[in-house]
Amino acid sequence: MKRVGVLALQGDFEAHRKAVERAGAQAVEVRKAEDLDTIDGLIVPGGESTTMLKLLHAENLFERLREFGEAKPIFGTCAGAILVAREVRSPKQESLGLVDLTVERNAYGRQVDSRIVQLEGEAGTGLEQPVEAVFIRAPIIRHTGSDVRTLLRYNGDPVLVEQGRHLVATFHPELTGDARIHQKFLEKLDDSR
Amino acid sequence: MRFLDEQFRLKIGLAEMLKGGVIMDVTNAEQAVIAEKAGACAVMALERVPSDIRRDGGVARMAPISKIREIMQTVSIPVMAKARIGHFMEAKVLESLKVDYIDESEVLTPADEEHHIDKHPFSTPFVCGARNLGEALRRIAEGAAMIRTKGEAGSGNIVEAVRHMRTIVKEMKALTVLSKAELPTAAKNLQAPLELVEWVAENGKLPVPNFSAGGIATPADAALVMQLGAEAVFVGSGIFKSNDPEARAKAIVKAATYYNDPEKLLEASEELGIGMFGLDIKQIPESELLQTRGW
Repeated sequence: MKRVGVLALQGDFEAHRKAVERAGAQAVEVRKAEDLDTIDGLIVPGGESTTMLKLLHAENLFERLREFGEAKPIFGTCAGAILVAREVRSPKQESLGLVDLTVERNAYGRQVDSRIVQLEGEAGTGLEQPVEAVFIRAPIIRHTGSDVRTLLRYNGDPVLVEQGRHLVATFHPELTGDARIHQKFLEKLDDSR
Repeated sequence: MRFLDEQFRLKIGLAEMLKGGVIMDVTNAEQAVIAEKAGACAVMALERVPSDIRRDGGVARMAPISKIREIMQTVSIPVMAKARIGHFMEAKVLESLKVDYIDESEVLTPADEEHHIDKHPFSTPFVCGARNLGEALRRIAEGAAMIRTKGEAGSGNIVEAVRHMRTIVKEMKALTVLSKAELPTAAKNLQAPLELVEWVAENGKLPVPNFSAGGIATPADAALVMQLGAEAVFVGSGIFKSNDPEARAKAIVKAATYYNDPEKLLEASEELGIGMFGLDIKQIPESELLQTRGW
């Protein structure tokens, strides 16, 4: 069975753990560098990116995560999208630079501007049936590099993208019962072996 | 069920994002920056920290708008603010200000001794305190999207937070072994709506995230309540009433993540300086307890 790590420093890692299990893989909580040794891919969950960044540095995990991402798949959601991006704005913030994205934090506004919407992917994305997308104080992807493929858009902005082995969502697929997006990530775990 | 509709899921959603984190009380932008830099997942804006409210007395109200706005403009993490129990107009003001969460809090002087705020019509989510399962479910029925144990705010004493968390967990466990026929009586005894009692009986947990507050002063305190079932912690006076707020804030953030790892807790507990002065709950006159506000 595929083993998927979920970065469990802060945020909704428990929801991701359950989503991974629903999608048919084993979930492992990652809090220390050695936890990375036994997993096939890693999810960086939603939560506060500033909090996770502090804890990553405190545990010398920041560089280890970058190395991990250079070899294995990472799936970042919301705060996770911010952490894996190449560039972060509003405010400017350090990031792992694994996916060629420019991301603006809290770009929809504050909590009262959070929303749930139905999105449909184009033919060939596997997401032609509507996806329920939960945006919570979400970031917006302002720029994507040439290697980045957009799978879902909302209001014209990319909200689910992939770049090679990595997957990035600015919304929270872990907060719905729909396992399709986590399954998409699990398929990448095969690709990388 | 109303408590699982779309808007309510969004309210719970932000609470989900705060899990495993520390929400810190701050009274100005300078403290908010210290909290954010230390790794707080959110800040709570208030006029005075609970231990000062306890010391100075008088009526404690919603924080001045200029202070809250200044904090919102300064940090990028969610900003919560407190409204008085039952004071739905303070809550309306906070919603217009677009704070991310409203705490209908016993730390402030209650505005209504019979009614809590009807929280459903608001699009801003609410957190409320509770000492037991019945109280938690009554608040959820009114629309609270997050529960925190009350503890005894401003005491620097963890004993009440422990009591309240243990009580809620014990009462939830008890429901899970009852038959369906026994649940209406349980609902009557808990003074809580039957549909919520049935949900807890089936799932063994609250339908909204359950955090802990009121008396957390050290990294070990935070780890203790997390072990007992808290999914995140609120720290009030514990940080800015210690002699090195920055170090203590960082240490408590670490403890909330590594609450299951004694070695990491040891690291977090070193070189902290002196903690806030704590109070023996038995020495606090009954009339001065904050936890008995609300019902």
